[in-house]
Amino acid sequence: MKPSRLVAPLYLAASLVPIYWLVGMSLKTNEEILGGFALYPRAPTLANYAVIFTDPSWSHSYVASLTYVTINTVLSVLLALPAAYAFSRYRFLGDTHLFFWLLSNRMAPPAVFLLPFFQLYQSIGLFDTPWAVALAHMLFTVPLAVWILEGFMSGVPREIDETAFIDGHGFFGFFVRIFLPLVRSGVGVTAFFCFMFSWVELLLARTLTSVDAKPIAATMTRTVSAAGMDWGVLAAAGVLTLIPGAIVIYFVRNYIAKGFALGRV
Amino acid sequence: MEKPFNNRAWLLVVPVLVVVAFSAVIPLMTVVNYSVQDILGPDQHVFVGTEWFRKVLRDPELHGALKRQIVYSLAVLAIELPLGVGIALALPMRGRAASASLVVLALPLLVPWNVVGTIWQIFGRGDIGLLGVAVNRMGVHYNYTADAADAWLTVLAMDVWHWTPLVALLAYAGLRAIPEAFYQAARIDGASSWATFRFIQLPRLRGVLTIAVLLRFMDSFMIYTEPFVLTGGGPGNATTFLSQYLTRLAVGQFDLGPAAAFSLVYFLVVLLFSYVFYTAMTSAAGREAR
Repeated sequence: MKPSRLVAPLYLAASLVPIYWLVGMSLKTNEEILGGFALYPRAPTLANYAVIFTDPSWSHSYVASLTYVTINTVLSVLLALPAAYAFSRYRFLGDTHLFFWLLSNRMAPPAVFLLPFFQLYQSIGLFDTPWAVALAHMLFTVPLAVWILEGFMSGVPREIDETAFIDGHGFFGFFVRIFLPLVRSGVGVTAFFCFMFSWVELLLARTLTSVDAKPIAATMTRTVSAAGMDWGVLAAAGVLTLIPGAIVIYFVRNYIAKGFALGRV
Repeated sequence: MEKPFNNRAWLLVVPVLVVVAFSAVIPLMTVVNYSVQDILGPDQHVFVGTEWFRKVLRDPELHGALKRQIVYSLAVLAIELPLGVGIALALPMRGRAASASLVVLALPLLVPWNVVGTIWQIFGRGDIGLLGVAVNRMGVHYNYTADAADAWLTVLAMDVWHWTPLVALLAYAGLRAIPEAFYQAARIDGASSWATFRFIQLPRLRGVLTIAVLLRFMDSFMIYTEPFVLTGGGPGNATTFLSQYLTRLAVGQFDLGPAAAFSLVYFLVVLLFSYVFYTAMTSAAGREAR
C-alpha cells in the first residue's frame, strides 16, 4: 500500500479527535471534566443531555436556529440562481465590479456594524424574528452562493442553452427543466455552504434576537453562571448542534462527489 | 467563445442586489456617520471631521494588532490551502468510502464558532485536555494560557482544524468536475502525476481555489469568536487580533467614533487585500485561457 493512501484516513482521524473530545465531555460530569485527565469517560452519564431536553428554552432556540437557517438557505439559493446564470452567460455593464462588490459585503468587521444592524432591523420591525437573522446572514451567503453556482454553471457548455432556445423552450422552462438538473450538484454544494455559514455564525444572530428567535449558540452562552462554566451541558449542546449539519452534509455528499457530469456534457 | 454582451442580464441580478444593498448599504452609511462625529449622548453629537481617522491611524496598539493579524492570516493561507488541496487529492473518489469521508471531513465546519473555542479551551489544557496532555507527555512544555507562542499556535491549530475542510471540500468538488477524458489524455501523453496536477487539475481548480483563498483570507482576517472564547486575546496581547481590539474599543470603552473610523479603515484593508487576490487569480485565469 502506498503511503499516500494513508493521508486521507490519517487526516480524517485527526480531525475527529476534537469532536471525540466534545462527545466525551458531554458524557462527563463537571467534576470529572475538571478533575483530571482521562482518555474516555469513566462513568458515562446522560445527565447533561437530560438538562437540555427538560428545559424548553433549549429546544425553542434549536428550532429558532433551524428556522432562520432554512429561510436563509432557500432564499439565498433562489436569488442566486438567476444572478449566477447572468454572470456565467452574459457580459453586461459593470459585471466584474458588481461581482466583487457583492463579495465585499462579507468584509465588514462585525464589532461596529452590529449596532447599525440592530437599529436597521429594529426600525423595520423585524428584530427578534428569524427573518432578521436570515436577511443579515444573506449578506455573506448570497455572494458565496452566486459565486459557487456561477462556477458550476460555467462548466455547462453554452451550446446547451442555444439548442434549447432554438428548440423553442422559453427561458423559464429551459432554466427549470434543462439547466437546473445539469447544475444539481452546484445547487447541493451551495445549499450546504449557505446552511453551514448561517448555522455557525453567532455574533449577528445573537445581536438581532432577544427571546423569540434566539439561536441555540446564544442559549449556550447562558451556561456561564456564577459557579463557573457548566462544561458538560455546554458540550452536550455542542454535540446536538452537530446533528442538523451532519444530516445536511449526508444528503448533499453525493452532489459534491458527483461533480463529474458537469464538464462532460 | 466570447460571452455575448446583453444588458438585460441585469434583470436577473437585480433581486440579489436589492437584498444585499438593503442589508449592507444602510449599516455602512451609519458607520460612516459615526466615524466623523463625537457622540456624547443620544441627541448630542459634534462633527469632528477626520479627527478619529487621524487618531486611529497613529494608534500603536492598532499597528501591533494589524501586524499580528497579517502574520496570522498569511500563516492560515500558507497552511490551509496546500493542505486542503492535498487532502482533496487524497480522498477516495467513489463508493461508500467517498461518502463517509465527505461527511467526516465536513464535521468541523458545522460546529458553531463559540463551541469551537469551548472545545479547544478544554482540549488544549495541559492538565485535563487531550491535546495539552499529549504535547506535554512528548516532553514539550506547553501551556496556552500562559505562554504567548503556545497560545498563538493553539489558535492557529484550531483554525487549521476548523477551516481546512472548507478548502478541501471546495477543491474536491472542483476535482470532481474534471472530465475523465482529461485524465485519459494525460495518460496517453505519459504525464507524471505532478504534471497531471500542475497542468490539468490545478488550472481547473482555479475557480474554487479563488473562492477558498478569499473566504479564508476574509474570515481569518476578521476572526473573532474562536480566539475570544479560547484565549480572550491573551496572554498579554499575543492573540489580540484586529476584531478583538476593535470590540474592546467599541463595546468595552464605548468609543463609538474612533471604533467606527477604525472599522472603515479595517474594511478598506480587507477590501484592498481581497481585491489584490481576486484580480491576481482572475487575471491569471485570463492569461492561461489565451
